[in-house]
Amino acid sequence: MKRLILAAALALAGTASAADKLLLNGAGATFPFPLYSKWFSEYNKLHPEYQFNYQSIGSGGGIQQVTNRTVDFGASDAPMKDAQLAAAPGTVHIPTVLGAVVVTYHAAIDTLRLSPDALAAIYLGKITKWNDAALAKLNPGVKLPDASINVVHRSDGSGTTNIFTDYLSKVSAEWKTRVGASTSVKWPVGLGGKGNEGVTGLVKQTPGAIGYVELAYAKQNQLPMAELRNKDGLWVKPTMEGTSVAAAGIVMPDDFRVSITDAAGKDAYPMASFTYLLVPQDQQDPVRARALVEFIWWAVHDGQKYAAPLDYAPLPKAVVRQVEAKLKTLTAKGQHILVGSANRK
Amino acid sequence: MDALSASPHRPRNLGDRLWGAGLVALGGAVAVVAGVIVLALGRLTTPLVGRVHLLEFIKGQDWDPVASSFGALPFIYGTLVTSLLAIAVALPISVGLAIFMVEIAPGRLRPVVSFLIETLAAIPSVVYGLWGLFVLVPWLRESVEPALAGAFGFLPLFQGPQIGLGFLAAGLILAVMILPTIASVTIEVLKTVPVTLREAALVLGATRWEAIRLAVLPHARAGMLGATLLGLGRALGETMAVTMVIGNTPEIRTSLFATGYTLPAVIANEFAEATSGEHVAALAGLALVLFGLSILLNAVARLLVQAVKAATGSVG
Repeated sequence: MKRLILAAALALAGTASAADKLLLNGAGATFPFPLYSKWFSEYNKLHPEYQFNYQSIGSGGGIQQVTNRTVDFGASDAPMKDAQLAAAPGTVHIPTVLGAVVVTYHAAIDTLRLSPDALAAIYLGKITKWNDAALAKLNPGVKLPDASINVVHRSDGSGTTNIFTDYLSKVSAEWKTRVGASTSVKWPVGLGGKGNEGVTGLVKQTPGAIGYVELAYAKQNQLPMAELRNKDGLWVKPTMEGTSVAAAGIVMPDDFRVSITDAAGKDAYPMASFTYLLVPQDQQDPVRARALVEFIWWAVHDGQKYAAPLDYAPLPKAVVRQVEAKLKTLTAKGQHILVGSANRK
Repeated sequence: MDALSASPHRPRNLGDRLWGAGLVALGGAVAVVAGVIVLALGRLTTPLVGRVHLLEFIKGQDWDPVASSFGALPFIYGTLVTSLLAIAVALPISVGLAIFMVEIAPGRLRPVVSFLIETLAAIPSVVYGLWGLFVLVPWLRESVEPALAGAFGFLPLFQGPQIGLGFLAAGLILAVMILPTIASVTIEVLKTVPVTLREAALVLGATRWEAIRLAVLPHARAGMLGATLLGLGRALGETMAVTMVIGNTPEIRTSLFATGYTLPAVIANEFAEATSGEHVAALAGLALVLFGLSILLNAVARLLVQAVKAATGSVG
């Protein structure tokens, strides 16, 4: 009995000390969740007074929560659209890392090469056979099977689909008018699988299948990945380096809302995207605001070294400098949060 | 309450009244919860109200979030086809299983079988989905669908490319999932049939089969309908297992080999990343349609149960 009381007292003491800590709430994208969890736990080791609660409810939810100001920060794979930004004025995008999308397939082909036109034609249902003349021309010397192509796509709304359809919209006028780009679209052909694992499952299960998944997922599961022809006309394998190059090659607007699919650069991989944290330009609570901005500062600097081991592409240096400038403009009740020299801890 | 208030000698005291009010509140909670759900969903649909007519939404066949064009019919169709297919497969098996358990199985076997049935009911739906994707779908693609096409290929139900995924796979997975529900309720129903009924039939010279068919089953008919209703409810709302094997294409096809989509599956799939207000509104609209569909089927089934009760009552 005594022991029980002691335990209860200890538990109470525990909650009391936890109350002294500052808990920052965030919600949004699922794609960067593994990296964000790593960041939160590493940052918590450095600064035990800060704790994070991140709900990976999806980008749509993240945008909604930050619009309603029910969280300290949101997270989204795609930048907010103008209409969404109008509903949440003063929301700032902070790119954190990059992700890429790869085309995977189930056919006895060592390295499949796909031009932008061919990929669009397959997903529009115009190329239906693996040994189609267009594919044969792109893959000289490769024996392409005489089998039908089974197209697989994501059935759940996802940032991955957004990147993939954004790319197809840029390289194919027909795709742009018939289908468009979004987290969910009306697919002209093909089956839907839920999540990266669902798409992978269908591709592995269905002979002649072709699908698209995140680069990180494809690498971890050692899936075959197609080479794509980038804007400079060169064949590129999907890599993290190629993803970072794509980000370095674009003109970054001041609000970071930019699509980096089909980017220029000879090593640039064409299906890539930033993922973002969404924070209010002016926050209400100076203490929380400071904690959050200091964390983001750490994430885009020291935190970047945790990206590559988890198969995320780190931000290019130039983008980090732009993020620094942006972080310095953030305010709490009209007062600048970061003052003076950059890295004050 | 009724008994108490009906008694003329006992005036209602405060305790009785509080107790009564508490029970009314608890009973009313169900109505409140249902009402709040409908209200909340209704509010979510406001971006589409006025822009899209309800009938057009239900009759519409196009689902294009990019163009903000939303129609619910392919999802309603998929939900109904898979659920009815599941009932068609699971009901005969469940009834047979129940008859076996109550009338025929030796005493030692009963606990084993009933344990197995309970185990089936306890498997999470995502496990059914994985099993469906990796075991059932390849089997359907390579063995079952070619065989069905060979034997019944003249029917539109069994035509078209055989990829394994689709209405057939989803219906069969659902059948396995609702089988324990229907079977265990039917077993309980059959147990309530008075022994005297069976004995009377046997005494009159009926065989065992005739006793079951003429005495036991008619008595249990209403209960069995109720069991089917419970199974149907689970089939209508099942999300995870279905989305993993149905192919997720919002199309209306006659063939059971074709891929489709269901209401709960599309809601679960698209809600988290639905970024436009109209898309969210359309998904909330689908949720209301599912709600309405469940209520409609529930009402029809209740009427059926009453009709059956009345019929058997007049016979007996």
